[in-house]
Amino acid sequence: MISVKKLDKKFGKNLVLKNVNLTIEPGKVTAIVGPNGSGKTTLIKSILGLVRPTEGIIEVDGKLVGDDYLYRKRIGYMPQMANYPENLTGNEILSLIKSVRNTEKVSAGKILSSLKLESQMDKGFKNLSGGTKQKISVLIAFAFDPEIIILDEPTAGLDPVSSSFFKDLVLMEKEKKKTIILTSHLMNEVQELSDEIVFLMEGEIRYKGTINSLLEDKKETRLERAIAEIMSQDDR
Amino acid sequence: MKLVKKILLYEVHNTIRSRWVIFYTFFFFLVGYALFTFSGEVSKAYISLMNIVLIIIPLISVIFGSIYFYNSREFIEMMLSQPIDRKSLFLGIFLGVAIPLSAGFALGFSIPFLLFGKVTEQLTGFLLLLLLGMLLTFIFIALSFLISVKQDDKSKGLGLAILIWLILAVVYDGIVVMIIYFFQDYPLENTMIILSATNPIDLGRILFLMKFDIAALMGYTGAVFQRFFGSSLGMIISISCLLIWVLLPFVLSSRFFNKKDF
Amino acid sequence: MIFVSKAGSISSIRTALNLASDFDTIVVSKGEYSEGNLIIDKKIILIGKDFPVIDGKGDGEIFTVTSNDVHINGLLVKNSGISYLKENAGIRLDQVQNCSITNNKFIDNFFAVYLAKSAHCVVSGNFISGVKKRETNSGNGIHLWYCRDITIKNNRIFNHRDGIYFEFVRLGKIINNESGSNLRYGLHFMFSDSCEYTNNTFKDNGAGVAVMYTKNVLMTENHFEHNWGSASYGILLKEIADSRIENNILNENSTGLYMEGCSRVTIKGNNFIRNGWALKLMANSMENYFYNNNFIANSFNISTNSRQNFNTFEKNYWDDYKGYDLDKDGYGDVPFRPVTMFSMMIKSHPTSLILLHSLFVDILNIAESIVPVITPEALTDQKPRMRILN
Repeated sequence: MISVKKLDKKFGKNLVLKNVNLTIEPGKVTAIVGPNGSGKTTLIKSILGLVRPTEGIIEVDGKLVGDDYLYRKRIGYMPQMANYPENLTGNEILSLIKSVRNTEKVSAGKILSSLKLESQMDKGFKNLSGGTKQKISVLIAFAFDPEIIILDEPTAGLDPVSSSFFKDLVLMEKEKKKTIILTSHLMNEVQELSDEIVFLMEGEIRYKGTINSLLEDKKETRLERAIAEIMSQDDR
Repeated sequence: MKLVKKILLYEVHNTIRSRWVIFYTFFFFLVGYALFTFSGEVSKAYISLMNIVLIIIPLISVIFGSIYFYNSREFIEMMLSQPIDRKSLFLGIFLGVAIPLSAGFALGFSIPFLLFGKVTEQLTGFLLLLLLGMLLTFIFIALSFLISVKQDDKSKGLGLAILIWLILAVVYDGIVVMIIYFFQDYPLENTMIILSATNPIDLGRILFLMKFDIAALMGYTGAVFQRFFGSSLGMIISISCLLIWVLLPFVLSSRFFNKKDF
Repeated sequence: MIFVSKAGSISSIRTALNLASDFDTIVVSKGEYSEGNLIIDKKIILIGKDFPVIDGKGDGEIFTVTSNDVHINGLLVKNSGISYLKENAGIRLDQVQNCSITNNKFIDNFFAVYLAKSAHCVVSGNFISGVKKRETNSGNGIHLWYCRDITIKNNRIFNHRDGIYFEFVRLGKIINNESGSNLRYGLHFMFSDSCEYTNNTFKDNGAGVAVMYTKNVLMTENHFEHNWGSASYGILLKEIADSRIENNILNENSTGLYMEGCSRVTIKGNNFIRNGWALKLMANSMENYFYNNNFIANSFNISTNSRQNFNTFEKNYWDDYKGYDLDKDGYGDVPFRPVTMFSMMIKSHPTSLILLHSLFVDILNIAESIVPVITPEALTDQKPRMRILN
């Protein structure tokens, strides 16, 4: 369980997250949605310890984020934009992370073949396309069988085939009762994958609950419209 | 420390495969080779080598360090999402840049000496330049990291890095001249020792020149300098000053890195 | 012929000198003769076999020659007395002519060879080594005072105050000597006109070589080497006129050549190598002519104390000349300015020497060479050589 309590984050004078209180239940897929600049990535990075809170605390399974770094061994993370040391290869990065995580447990085979990565793993990153780097990020996020998977705009750079495989991958992990957090712009994707939804706007949580209850609430069948309705409410 | 070693290993791999380091090594080889071939006067060649070590190394190190750090941003982010503490990651990256770069210099610099059999001929001069070059590499990479950690804007950061180099390599000496002119009626010898010890480039230059017995040209000032820098205590203080120049920016930037948002 | 030996019937030089008459030869065999204050007032030849030791035991002078035509050869003369009142010598020639002192050794004497008011004498092939202590307890190696037509040749002189000292000497010739490790000057001479120095080596002396208040000096093919210290010079010239300094090598001296109040001196064909300052030229020097010299690897080429210049520099080689030679005549098309901004700075503010070889100073020098502000505008070499002159 991940719990965020009274989280404020300022970048300079700019308040990016305002009093965010959030509990993310284990074994479910939680989507964090919201317009550009609403604080989605900052929230995710706070959970990862990449961004230090201005106020408030974050706990992952009862442990305070910031004191200890070992909790991240249970997290797999796929960043929005991937970039790697240009003279290293995919395999080298994979083995670096393997050695940093101090684990032998790697299940890369299926992901490698489905994303057609095998032939790319021995090439230097300076010779790889953005999409391929993104696929390697997928691999890194999933390969170590983490309990918590955090995905920031995961399908943004993926081709349709890979994207579809990726969605299957998420659903499979969901079956295994993994805790998954993702952000996305694509509402049909969110609807397809997620159980819970957190709607962020201007650094505040405007809605939190299951997708189904949101749809019922707004009497809509499509998530996109339901979200639009929250936003228009806000304008009034 | 285990984590540092793991990071270091991969960073070293990445750095030595970069064309920069190969070019850097080759550059020092070529310069040394050319100087020993075309300069009839060994003492002239030494002065030229000293200038290259004292001016080029800081410039390349500070630029290379900044670019490397900025280009590693996403990678750092990636690594920080792994179970690793920031201090180990930072130290690993720092050493991963500084060690290959200073090793590249040491290699390129030493080969011409070996080829021309000049190592034993001027052993102290050679060793001193080697040591200075490596220390300056560490110092200016530490400075570049300090800038890059504090300044997120890449172009501003690069500008700042070059500015720091310009200040330490040129402007600082201009200020020294001004002090000499304004306070000409006062005894300045101790002030000069302090001023030159606080700038790593000046300190390197004076340590090297003292080895070439340049003190005799300086009259009274020279005698005071020789007494200080020529003594083993002075040597220890000088090397300590250079090490402080590595440690201070590194510790500071490591602290900033610890608090930084990615 | 009179034979002196420790075992023989005549066992002291004093006895032999008493017995001798003009044109006699005294031969001294190997041995230790503790004698001093010996006066030679007859035209004799004194020869040592296997360097008999004449030990003055620090009491007064050892030999004082007051007769013409005395020749001394093959002795080892040591320990003339150190005195603050009297200039005690190993051998003194006092108002004599046609004498020679050849192939002797002089060890630990106050003064070794002393010539006063003498003429037509030769000092050659001697090895002279003094007691190197303080200047006041150390006399000169070869000392000449009011002499003329003296030849000093093939001597090696060390550890005295001045190696060779000339005062009021005319027509002296100093050839092929080596004078080194002396406390003050390797060669020191004043008020001595028309003297010649050829092929000598002056090395590691406290202050180098000083030539003062003299006319018509000829210095050729000498080595002035490693006279290194805060007040050391290869050659120090003060008030010298109508002289020539040619084909010498000035190597690793703090200051290669220092000129003060000199006029009409030709400095030609010399090699200035690895000196702190190759040349320090004071503004009261005029009409001197610097021609065909090589300036190589000196920290500074020239330092001067004025923006004026009344000397001529021509066809010298300067290793830091960066000009070009489009017409391929072997001379650069752009004049060279051997006085840098930095050397002017050091003149007024010696402390700034700590910036030697710094980038800042290089930039200043380049800026000044483009637009001269404080360096002497007239001090240029209009035809700098592109290549070293052999």
